[in-house]
Amino acid sequence: MASSSISNPEAGPNRSRESKCKRRRRMAIENRIENVKIAKTKWNTEAEQQIYSLKLMEALRRIRRNPSSPAAEVYPAGRSAIRRTADRVLAIAARGRTRWSRSILTSRLSMKLDSNRHKKHKRLKVTGDIRSKKPVARKRLPAVQQKVRFLGRLVPGCRELSLPKLLEEATDYIAALEMQVRAMTAVAGVLNS
Amino acid sequence: MSSRRSRSRQSAGVSRTSDEQINDLVSKLQELLPELRRRRSDKVSAGRVLQETCNYIRNLHKEVDDLSERLSELLETTDSAQAAMIRTLLSQ
Repeated sequence: MASSSISNPEAGPNRSRESKCKRRRRMAIENRIENVKIAKTKWNTEAEQQIYSLKLMEALRRIRRNPSSPAAEVYPAGRSAIRRTADRVLAIAARGRTRWSRSILTSRLSMKLDSNRHKKHKRLKVTGDIRSKKPVARKRLPAVQQKVRFLGRLVPGCRELSLPKLLEEATDYIAALEMQVRAMTAVAGVLNS
Repeated sequence: MSSRRSRSRQSAGVSRTSDEQINDLVSKLQELLPELRRRRSDKVSAGRVLQETCNYIRNLHKEVDDLSERLSELLETTDSAQAAMIRTLLSQ
């Protein structure tokens, strides 16, 4: 960075301000990559899986013992109740550090309070504006853009997220889901025997 | 080199730095996917990685759904299993 400021003397002050910006952004992105590495090791430990299995079973036991709870409004300890419980316990295990986990925990509350809220999330784009724009801007990377949107919809709470943040969330979410599958398989195996 | 720098200066220095780093994140994501872990070379495009990620997450969701179904059946049929499962897990 010192060499760049020497080779472009006319834009001196602007250059240093911009390099500070770039440095901050690079650090933020390096932090993101670091978080990605941590995600892989955190969700892969045996201890994490055992803690999750125990907490899951405590929660399941609470559902069964109390059939009048709101979680049982669909069926008593049915598949959706168990799925919601498993997701909730998984989100708690994330300790609030990721957006998807916070979104799971808050969405349960908002769904109980207002069942119509998730319908309002459908936003229709006005196509009139897009037609007035140059066609190049629209057609730049439609396939990749579509996939990014789709991925944002799959990971809870990440619909309007920038790409780097979305990738970080997706990485953590995948690692967490894998652990969830391993733990639930183990619990089912124990119940089976 | 200087032309690239001036271009990035025009776009507030976002696109060029982020592109490299996004590629880095994409490659890290690729390592997680079981489909693409063998081919770590640049043959895999970002679009492919995104597609496989979506597919993989959907598969995992489906697995969790199936496991929830299985757990609900098992929990309904067995009562004393709870004590047994806690005992087993604590002894591991």
